[in-house]
Amino acid sequence: MSWTWFHKLGSPKWFFQFASRWSLGVFLSGVVLLLIGLVWGLAFAPEDYQQGNSFRIIYIHVPAAILAQSCYLGLGVAGFVFLVWQMKMAPIFIKSVAPLGALVALIALVSGAIWGKPTWGTWWVWDARLTSVLVLFLLYMGVIAIQNSLEDKILADKAVAVIGVVGLINLPIIKYSVEWWNTLHQPATFKLTEKPAMPMEMWLPLLISSLGLYLFIAGLAMLRMQTEVLNRERRSSWVKEEVLKNGI
Amino acid sequence: MAFDSFSDFLQMGRHGFYVWSTYGISGVILFAIAWQSWQQKKQVKRQLAKRFIREQEK
Amino acid sequence: MHPVRKKRIIAISSIVVILGLALALVMYALQQNINLFYSPTQIVNGEAPKDVMLRAGGMVVEGSVKRDNETLSVSFEVTDFTETVRIEYKGILPDLFREGQGIVAQGKLNANGTMIASEVLAKHDEEYMSPEIAEALKQSELNSTSSNTSY
Repeated sequence: MSWTWFHKLGSPKWFFQFASRWSLGVFLSGVVLLLIGLVWGLAFAPEDYQQGNSFRIIYIHVPAAILAQSCYLGLGVAGFVFLVWQMKMAPIFIKSVAPLGALVALIALVSGAIWGKPTWGTWWVWDARLTSVLVLFLLYMGVIAIQNSLEDKILADKAVAVIGVVGLINLPIIKYSVEWWNTLHQPATFKLTEKPAMPMEMWLPLLISSLGLYLFIAGLAMLRMQTEVLNRERRSSWVKEEVLKNGI
Repeated sequence: MAFDSFSDFLQMGRHGFYVWSTYGISGVILFAIAWQSWQQKKQVKRQLAKRFIREQEK
Repeated sequence: MHPVRKKRIIAISSIVVILGLALALVMYALQQNINLFYSPTQIVNGEAPKDVMLRAGGMVVEGSVKRDNETLSVSFEVTDFTETVRIEYKGILPDLFREGQGIVAQGKLNANGTMIASEVLAKHDEEYMSPEIAEALKQSELNSTSSNTSY
């Protein structure tokens, strides 16, 4: 097996050029898919037989919840890679993705609360699912706080890598919370092994908006990583060329 | 279209407030993070360019 | 692989495994507190304390809902298909409250095992469908039961 891709990914310069080519396209295709999915879900998908139109909140709630967990998975893996291989790109990834993850987690929490009010009869309940997602949000906030407050940047990188890896334990708890314990929250909408328990005209727009938010966040992650690369590699000659090339 | 008219669409049955406030808040958050990411990159580039030019002039 | 890296991988993995195990033990010990509600079986078997605020959850038994039109009082039974518990509540019920729906009620158990609830929440499952499909399903169910009774 060839490890060249691994080494390339570890090179800030190679990544910067890769992201210059792809970030905008990925971001824009995310915007387009997200809009298609949301308009479809809001205006064309049928209402739910029990919940009526409040069900349409699902088209942002589920994508945000998926993204919040995916971002953390990436963050944890990057933390592991940094602690073992000291790869330069790993802390850049962590620092860039943490604010994105925090905000999608916030969207999942807020949309869930607004959805819960008419459906369950309450904005919030301390059940295992809601609490574990709140913990996920707080983990992101912890990563952001450490990155912003520690003067020693090398120490900060190590500290957030450790939080990232340890916080991975929370992901299976979120996923299985609805099965291990009695919760108010319903089980997963999308499962890898089964067909979703809703008709196609309901889940297809949901799939599209999920994919759209994925690309939206991926594009922004690349953009933020580029910024971080420029900041950290400011002493290398290629950054100077890159910055002066386009004029000011 | 799942609705008979545009005003039905805005009303969302009895759930207009819940649906539209969710999408409003989410839209603002997503727009804000995209704008901030973009601005931050521009700003860092500008700062670095200034510094490199200053160094060249010395 | 480089021996230093191997050592790091083992160290990190064991930290995560140990923390994971510790957390799993804590959660196992606190199982009853992490559960949002008691099932009717647990309540009937006496696993739930009396005169303490707690939650009970289950499905509203068809035909068990009795409303008092003057006082907003409502009384109904919830079941987990093994045992049933009666719940009494005074107040406004959530939209999704109906017979056959899962609910979670918060309140105190009195001496004869009835729950006096101060809050009733509706629990929803992950099945969504359009009103037309729901209607069609109901029709086909009715048809099949009527054909069964025609024997």
